[in-house]
Amino acid sequence: MSDISILGIESSCDETAAAVVRNGREVLSNVISSQIAIHTEYGGVVPEIASRKHLEKIDEVIKTALTEADCTFHDIDAIAVTYGPGLVGALLVGVAEAKALAWALNKPLIGVHHIEGHVSANYIENKDLEPPFACLIVSGGHTHLVVVKDYGEFEIVGRSRDDAAGEAFDKVARAVGLGYPGGPKIDQAAKSGDPKAIRFPRGEVAGSPYDFSFSGIKSAVLNYINSAHMKEEPINVPDLCASFQESVTDSLVSRSIRLCQERGFTKLAIAGGVASNSHIRARMEEECLKNHIRFYRPSPILCTDNAAMIGTAGYYEFIKGKRDGLDLNAKPNLKLGER
Amino acid sequence: MIFESNSQDETFAFGEKLGAEARPGEIYCLDGDLGVGKTVFTQGFAKGLGITDYVNSPTFTIVKEYEGRLPLYHFDVYRIGDPSEMEEIGYEEYFYGQGVTIIEWPELILDLIPAEAKWIRISKDLSKGFDYRKIEY
Repeated sequence: MSDISILGIESSCDETAAAVVRNGREVLSNVISSQIAIHTEYGGVVPEIASRKHLEKIDEVIKTALTEADCTFHDIDAIAVTYGPGLVGALLVGVAEAKALAWALNKPLIGVHHIEGHVSANYIENKDLEPPFACLIVSGGHTHLVVVKDYGEFEIVGRSRDDAAGEAFDKVARAVGLGYPGGPKIDQAAKSGDPKAIRFPRGEVAGSPYDFSFSGIKSAVLNYINSAHMKEEPINVPDLCASFQESVTDSLVSRSIRLCQERGFTKLAIAGGVASNSHIRARMEEECLKNHIRFYRPSPILCTDNAAMIGTAGYYEFIKGKRDGLDLNAKPNLKLGER
Repeated sequence: MIFESNSQDETFAFGEKLGAEARPGEIYCLDGDLGVGKTVFTQGFAKGLGITDYVNSPTFTIVKEYEGRLPLYHFDVYRIGDPSEMEEIGYEEYFYGQGVTIIEWPELILDLIPAEAKWIRISKDLSKGFDYRKIEY
């Protein structure tokens, strides 16, 4: 069989990215232009700025991806692009670009679900990983515990009922004055703190053992801060961060391990931006080891929004025969498993 | 009017009551700090509208839509830097449509809020306990 090269394009939030992936698992290039520095100034992603910056960057990013992969448009077999979920204006830039390229080059177009992309990031560095396996997806906008039944086929087992895991990190970071992006800031501050200093709830949802509630954990942290202010006691930020992180980690780890035990999975993967949190990775690894589960996690660069994962997910859609028309549209509220 | 809530359940039930009474085209501005229970209120409101889907935070995508007795458009405009950015999302179709709109952090887009919008202000009063919320509507 001859090689299949996919050009992946990703612009759903604050990274403009393009990548060339060969045969689904070999990354020839992975270019990411991040806007985090710009958005830090505003304390979060500013949608209008995001789409304008995507527009400025996208051509250059694609060109660099091709150059680094040492290929031209003619070596590309298909174009895969994130079409949801995400910010509508940001998604539109990538989708319009991909459609224009597909039309001009007469190449197949494949719309990729952003979350499927995150899950697929695990295939890149783990050549032996094949479905079925359990996967926890944690990012700024999503928290899902799923069973990956086949390539591109998911069963959602648990999800957040309120805030996404990454959002809880952002909000707590804001409350203690650490700023944006909250995840890495809390991860860093927590390193010198005691995770057992303060006991926060574990975000259980009555009657739904696999669902998460991070809003409750956030409220408990805010109550703790308010109470300290009222008593005019100083807050130990490292202890608070470590304890908050421990509670989120506990809630993620316990449900993931439980899913593996109850359904007999021996493979567990994590994905999404929050999957690069060092404490979550370490605790997950430890618990998997104890329970004889093989633990898969992408390198931090593949946890963040990137286009290599879109190229990989696009490849598996491509070989299944999925093709999208030039009427492909951005779907900001696209749900997992929805087409 | 003022409603005093002493728990998340009471905030939810209050939201549910308002949701059950909501009419097409109404806009509810939900004002209150981080952690006062805006999401809990909205979840109750959605139940009152007959929505069975999970209602979670729209912070990431700014707006989420739900189907119930009436459509619900749940906005969180916290990340909007300038009111003109709302045009990109096509806010007019939501605000002036036949569904019900809930807006979190409405003060960031004050210029765009129609005069007839209803305001709901949720605040804490720590002297009355951590779970106490005053809901002005």
